[in-house]
Amino acid sequence: MALLEVHNVTKKFGSLIANHDVSFNIEEGQIVGLIGPNGAGKTTMFNCVSGLYRVNEGKVLFNGIDITEFPPYRVAKLGAVRTFQIVHPLKDMTVFDNILMGAYLREPNNQKAIEIAENCIKIGYLSEVKNKRAGDITIGLKKRLELARALATGPKLLMLDESMAGLTSTEVKESVELVKNLRDTGITFLIVEHVMEAIMPIADKVVVLDGGIKIAEGKPEEIIKNEQVIEAYFGKKYSKKLQAAKGVEKSV
Amino acid sequence: MNIIKFKKKDVYWYLFIIFLVLIPLVPFIANNSFIQHVFILILLFASMSQSWNILGGYAGQVSFGHSVFFGIGAYGAGMAVVKYGMVPWPGVLIGAFIASIVAVIISYPCFKLKGHYFAIATFAIVEIFNRLFMVWYWVEGALGLDYPLVEVGWKNFMWYDTKIPYYYGALILFIVIFGVVRWIEKNRFGYYLVAVREDQEAAESIGINSTMVKLTAMAISAFLAALCGAFFVQYNFRVDPPMVMSLSMSMTFVLITILGGAGTILGPLMGALILIPLQEYSRALWGGFGGGIDLIIFGIIIVVVVVRQPRGIMGMISDIKKYSQSNKKINFNIGKDKGGE
Repeated sequence: MALLEVHNVTKKFGSLIANHDVSFNIEEGQIVGLIGPNGAGKTTMFNCVSGLYRVNEGKVLFNGIDITEFPPYRVAKLGAVRTFQIVHPLKDMTVFDNILMGAYLREPNNQKAIEIAENCIKIGYLSEVKNKRAGDITIGLKKRLELARALATGPKLLMLDESMAGLTSTEVKESVELVKNLRDTGITFLIVEHVMEAIMPIADKVVVLDGGIKIAEGKPEEIIKNEQVIEAYFGKKYSKKLQAAKGVEKSV
Repeated sequence: MNIIKFKKKDVYWYLFIIFLVLIPLVPFIANNSFIQHVFILILLFASMSQSWNILGGYAGQVSFGHSVFFGIGAYGAGMAVVKYGMVPWPGVLIGAFIASIVAVIISYPCFKLKGHYFAIATFAIVEIFNRLFMVWYWVEGALGLDYPLVEVGWKNFMWYDTKIPYYYGALILFIVIFGVVRWIEKNRFGYYLVAVREDQEAAESIGINSTMVKLTAMAISAFLAALCGAFFVQYNFRVDPPMVMSLSMSMTFVLITILGGAGTILGPLMGALILIPLQEYSRALWGGFGGGIDLIIFGIIIVVVVVRQPRGIMGMISDIKKYSQSNKKINFNIGKDKGGE
């Protein structure tokens, strides 16, 4: 049984079909990338899974439980936690309190929750800004704060919505490293990402959306050769570059 | 809201405790009944505003409906004494529970509204309850409930010749309500309230049931407001709808908290310490001009404070603290860049 199963999900906004009959599975321990051009319906898909939107048709199963009609907080309680493309830090609280808020989900006891939060601060490399107001830190740190906060809730599945967009290349590397380390602790990832350098090397599987329809699904090295995906998204030049990079990686 | 930086706050709390120790001695220092009256009102209004602060300050749901719960509490005690000839205590509890239940029932649909729309809906509720109690025969309609002469003492919570026991009653009420809020603030529920205020979507994304959090806040807040209402009626020996269930009473809840600093534990006390003496003294001094002078001053202070610092007096205090700290550390802060959105 897969950890997350998306069955034939269709989401319409009036006459606009944002997702049409999309299905895919995520196995436990995988890193799955969800990619596609702007307006492909990636964030909509995310919102359907995390409970922010009600789907028009289809079903979403998490850990065997039908979460299609669940509100966001119940989905989060089950262990599927998301971050936002546009960061949502609790601005007037300190970075630490933000993360503590996440830790409280599974641990009502103050002392234990603080321990969890301390731990997540370390994992997210946020020790330096721990006592700063969350609204005052840089965008890169805010994105990491969101990740750490989601992590503090003790999730099984972490869904990251463009958590690397707009970061410097050093920050992207740090984030990629972070995701890899977390995967090794047993957390499953669903990642929406435009930064191909970040997602392609670490993903076990990539799902490609275009115009609301799933056009491809498979391993990254298959995806970068897929004609349809190249047409829709990468462009020929980039595909070559990616293939070259993969080649180098393999030969090493 | 910071658990780690405890040391700075310690000093603050010691001062607060010293202050608390001094408070019980007030009636002996001031044996003038007017001054005692002012102190009783300060404690009562600080307690009322603190109960509003749970919902309006911490959870950020500005409600103008709290005079309804205050009124229900007042009528609870009033009905027990006037209609049933009992001691007020069972009425106090029943009134508080009814206030809680009414609060949950009317706020459930209202919480679907956000920001200003929620505030407007609660405005309407005050008017509805005001009219309802005006024409409700069982609670004596617009005539109100007038207390009979009863035996003085704690059993009836009633004294005619002295205000000192009322002072201690108000003090107990104050300590209980501030204690409850302090406890909430330090625990998970307090954090959840602030999370819901700051960003509901983010709060839901990390597993917080925002509707439930707001409803619980509302229930606690209404319960405590009703206790204050019961004290109010025992102190005034009568209650009628315009006395308790009016927009101006609701405004008092809101304005004291906002003036002092919404979402801070000392805010309501600060607000009451400034507004109540001002109100009572200006009424005593210039009441002969036809009334309203106290309200003019009240209004001017609110406008000035809120324009200068939306977080009220507590915000001003923290600004001053920050300013004095940044003066010391100024050399270290120059190199640091500010984060963007």
